Amino acid sequence: MRKAANNRRGSGETSERPAGAIPALLPAGTGPAGAPGNDARARRPGVRVSRPRLALYHALLLGGLFGFWYLMTEPGLIPPFYFDDPTRAKFFFGQPLEVLKRIWIWFSSGSIYVHLGVTLIETVLAFVIGTVLGLLFGLWLALSPTASTLADPYIKAMNAMPRVILAPIFAVWFGLGITSKVVFGVTLVFFIVFFNVYQGVKEVSPVVLANARMLGASGKQLLRHVYLPSATSWVFSSLHTSIGLAFVGAVVGEYLGSAKGVGYLIHQAEGVFDIDTVFAGILVLTIFALILDFAVTRIENRLLVWRPGTAETESL
Amino acid sequence: MTSATEGTSAAKAATVRAPALALDRVTCIFASRERPGDRYTAVRDTTLSVEEGEFVSVVGPTGCGKSTLLNVAAGLLTPSAGGVRIQGEPLTGINRKAGYMFQAESLMPWRNALQNVLAGLEFAGVDVDQAGQRAHAWLSRVGLAGFEERYPHQLSGGMRKRVALAQMLILDPKILLMDEPFAALDVQTRQLMENELLELWSGDRKSVLFITHDLEEAIALSDRVIVLSAGPETHPIGEFVIDLPRPRDVNEIRMTPRFVEIHSDMWHAMKDEVLKGYAQSRKQ
Ligand SMILES: Nc1ncnc2c1ncn2[C@@H]1O[C@H](COP(=O)(O)OP(=O)(O)O)[C@@H](O)[C@H]1O
Ligand SMILES: [Mg+2]
Repeated sequence: MRKAANNRRGSGETSERPAGAIPALLPAGTGPAGAPGNDARARRPGVRVSRPRLALYHALLLGGLFGFWYLMTEPGLIPPFYFDDPTRAKFFFGQPLEVLKRIWIWFSSGSIYVHLGVTLIETVLAFVIGTVLGLLFGLWLALSPTASTLADPYIKAMNAMPRVILAPIFAVWFGLGITSKVVFGVTLVFFIVFFNVYQGVKEVSPVVLANARMLGASGKQLLRHVYLPSATSWVFSSLHTSIGLAFVGAVVGEYLGSAKGVGYLIHQAEGVFDIDTVFAGILVLTIFALILDFAVTRIENRLLVWRPGTAETESL
Repeated sequence: MTSATEGTSAAKAATVRAPALALDRVTCIFASRERPGDRYTAVRDTTLSVEEGEFVSVVGPTGCGKSTLLNVAAGLLTPSAGGVRIQGEPLTGINRKAGYMFQAESLMPWRNALQNVLAGLEFAGVDVDQAGQRAHAWLSRVGLAGFEERYPHQLSGGMRKRVALAQMLILDPKILLMDEPFAALDVQTRQLMENELLELWSGDRKSVLFITHDLEEAIALSDRVIVLSAGPETHPIGEFVIDLPRPRDVNEIRMTPRFVEIHSDMWHAMKDEVLKGYAQSRKQ
């Protein structure tokens, strides 16, 4: 985890008494502050394409990819150069039009919604439970040296363990319903959040802490007003990773054994070599993941207004 | 009979005149970070006091142990030997009578200016509306009306120092501990803030222990200046009463002949120590 330097630029900042100054004219954002950096929001340097143009290029690229896919898999369109049989390519790679047709049927008949709903519920539950547990344990261990030295080797071991192998065990323990997927997702999310909170608490600025104590904060108030906000910002910086992992947990769990969910659909289709449906499922999952990620970004931007991003100046 | 009466009145006078803040033979030894066996004596046998309503500055080269002394006075650091008395009472734990303005950034970055200023009242359990009103008033007093909603990263360095000042003063502490509060500011902003500090201070004459490495700042602001030796084993090497008239304008007072005289006296007293400190920093 990267962390911006704590001390701000000192010299060279002129700040006269700002009586009646127009806020919009004052440059906001003055360099790094003691909070996790977030480069995702910063515009990449050197990118000089206007927004509509960028959207156009994205669309062209996507269209190109689908066109290439179509060209290579449509039987009889180009002479076969790798497979002997012109329908072989279609068998292995599916066909974009068929894939889109599957998706269209899923959504028009409404048969996909129950599966999407199950996957969504599993993802959200795993995410919420994993985050809350990670937050509590992270705070607890970071603030209690005895507990942390005691737990340290176990935490390290559990984190190092390839946890995907747990999924079948959870299926045995908790059955093929939602629970086993949620538990699996929780084991993935927990460690991400846990380590971030632990780090966040350890790296609370000692000066901010001492200041709060001098202002009369009790132990409980320090927890609520200093440690928790500081840790929360670290949780948020790991939010994209943890929602992604919750999603992976849900889909992998479904794939390994279930009766509902998009992962289950994909598994079913694979069983009968229906590549088009497999690709349709993957496409739906991808779009779904993008929507989740977008939602997280929105929440993040609302809750972390205090975090210095790139300097925001308004043009007049 | 007469002597007995004299004795009691003297005792009474002594209790009344107990200094607001007194460090008594304070020694601070740190374990060296690079070599755990080693010890570093940052401060040794330092005794100093701030009388009720007095503005005292402590000057010393960078790294000599000024912040360490202030942390001891604040109760944030327990000295290896010696003790602290607040109005005659031995200090244990955090110094509840003191407000502290830190050298480094101390505002909570997740709170806006208003929320930062009212933090102390919130911790004390003051009603939210009332705390908000008082914080508003204090922000206006330090010239930041209209900046209530700004987060620390949206304020300039000088503005953040003003917020920190309001945050400390809103609790009306009897003793102010200030650790190079304006060191990071440019010259103009710094003089502005120094004048504002003197103006605020003249209102109710709190006891101030002001740390700086800038001799001119110390003379311009203080009633008394204590000069520290270079580290290690820092201790006071001189004490100067500043008899410049008040109210003062820190910019104008620097031009007066008396100021120049005091400054050159002190500079001569300090020169050897400064050179010693410089030589030591060169060695490292
Ligand atoms: N917690 C600590 N552990 C070890 N050494 C310390 C610690 N705090 C301060 N020191 C040392 O004590 C000396 C004085 O530090 P400080 O009081 O911050 O100096 P100043 O404020 O005068 O610049 C420095 O040499 C510093 O390295
Ligand atoms: Mg210091």
